[in-house]
Amino acid sequence: MSKLKYLPNVVTLKLDRAKCNGCGMCQIVCPHAVFKLEGRKAQIVDRDACMECGACALNCPEGAITVKAGVGCASGIISGMIRGTEPTCDCHAEGGNCCG
Amino acid sequence: MKTRNREFKKAVKGSLCSPSIPKVPCKLSLSDRFNNFLVRASFNRHDYAVDPGLYALGEPTADSPVMVSANYKLTFDLLRQALVGLSAWILVLDTNGVNVWCAAGKGTFGTKELVNRVKLTKLSEFVSHRRLIVPQLGATGISAHEVRAESGFNVVYGPVRAEDLITFLSAGLKATPKMREVTFSLPDRLVLVPVEVVQGFRYFAFASIFLFLLGGINPVVNLLAAYFAGAVLGPVLLPWLPGRAFSIKGFFAGLIMLAVVVAAGTVEASLVELLAWGLLITSLSSFLTMNFTGASTYTSPSGVLKEMKLAMPLQIVAAIVGALLWLVVRFF
Ligand code: SF4
Ligand code: SF4
Repeated sequence: MSKLKYLPNVVTLKLDRAKCNGCGMCQIVCPHAVFKLEGRKAQIVDRDACMECGACALNCPEGAITVKAGVGCASGIISGMIRGTEPTCDCHAEGGNCCG
Repeated sequence: MKTRNREFKKAVKGSLCSPSIPKVPCKLSLSDRFNNFLVRASFNRHDYAVDPGLYALGEPTADSPVMVSANYKLTFDLLRQALVGLSAWILVLDTNGVNVWCAAGKGTFGTKELVNRVKLTKLSEFVSHRRLIVPQLGATGISAHEVRAESGFNVVYGPVRAEDLITFLSAGLKATPKMREVTFSLPDRLVLVPVEVVQGFRYFAFASIFLFLLGGINPVVNLLAAYFAGAVLGPVLLPWLPGRAFSIKGFFAGLIMLAVVVAAGTVEASLVELLAWGLLITSLSSFLTMNFTGASTYTSPSGVLKEMKLAMPLQIVAAIVGALLWLVVRFF
């Protein structure tokens, strides 16, 4: 089965290659193989696979990556709308499956 | 924590080696397994925690690896099962009994807690190396370079799945690209289905009673079909349903179940009735499957928001029109 893909061209992921030192951390932490080191610099190779988890940005020692990480579940967004707050989420899954 | 964990606590106490470090057996007992099943099906999700702190698995020495885990018992159990036959230290963070990924997203499995726990447990006195093996999914909450700056320990990200840990360790802490990727396979999704079903069941039961009073058993069957479409069929058939947006996939799951109820004869043979149930079943199913984005492992928040803004108005209008049509055939 080929890899499941979500909506194209929506994610907020940005990479500033000028700041990158080629440490490869982003490639290690990303659960969807969005980054690849090319010529001693990171490169976004599969942007639409990004789920905006924020791991890459948090672990980039040079601050070269920005992404608006957040809750990716409908019920979380709805409860956020109702309460007028940022989306919140009750996680209910195990084994790495989670809303958030 | 108090009741369900009793078996486990006993096992810990029964095999203490040093007074401050509890030892854990790496095999799961039958009662562990049964309780884990109950938790998965969300009958008893709360109070299923392990005490935070440092645990000894097997007979670890100063050179043994340190595995960082969450204090959710299922996570902890997966870890000790994956390490059968190995000696290691397990550093359990306080994540309020929530698994690694969820807790990392919330920040409870985070840099601050890790640095704190390393200090509280005096980890540096137990091991001679300065390495912490953190599950990769914890990276959403942990910043490796900050942990090093604040604690002197290097974070090495382990594989996504605990079952790959042994391979990872014997390869000299190297993970293959496959071990780094999160999947959303059929078994992954199947595990989540009971959760989806239980979640909305209250509303379903309430609506069923209402429908039964108005129209007998047939509308209840149709509603059940819609519920099944959105909470079971949508998630299970995810890769094969058309469209990328979950709401669209859910719509198609609804169409399948519409065909089923029409064939079963619970939708009366009139065009208005067919239209009414068509709208009701597909809109409900679309909404329920859209909710499954919360459990999926590849949907981005920006995408979910975009999808919701487009889909929700349509779902609401379709449901209202469907309900009105149904009432019209029923009472006029
Ligand atoms: S983590 Fe940052 S510095 Fe390291 S390779 Fe990626 S972008 Fe470059
Ligand atoms: S936000 Fe997460 S999924 Fe997206 S590129 Fe970064 S690590 Fe990968």
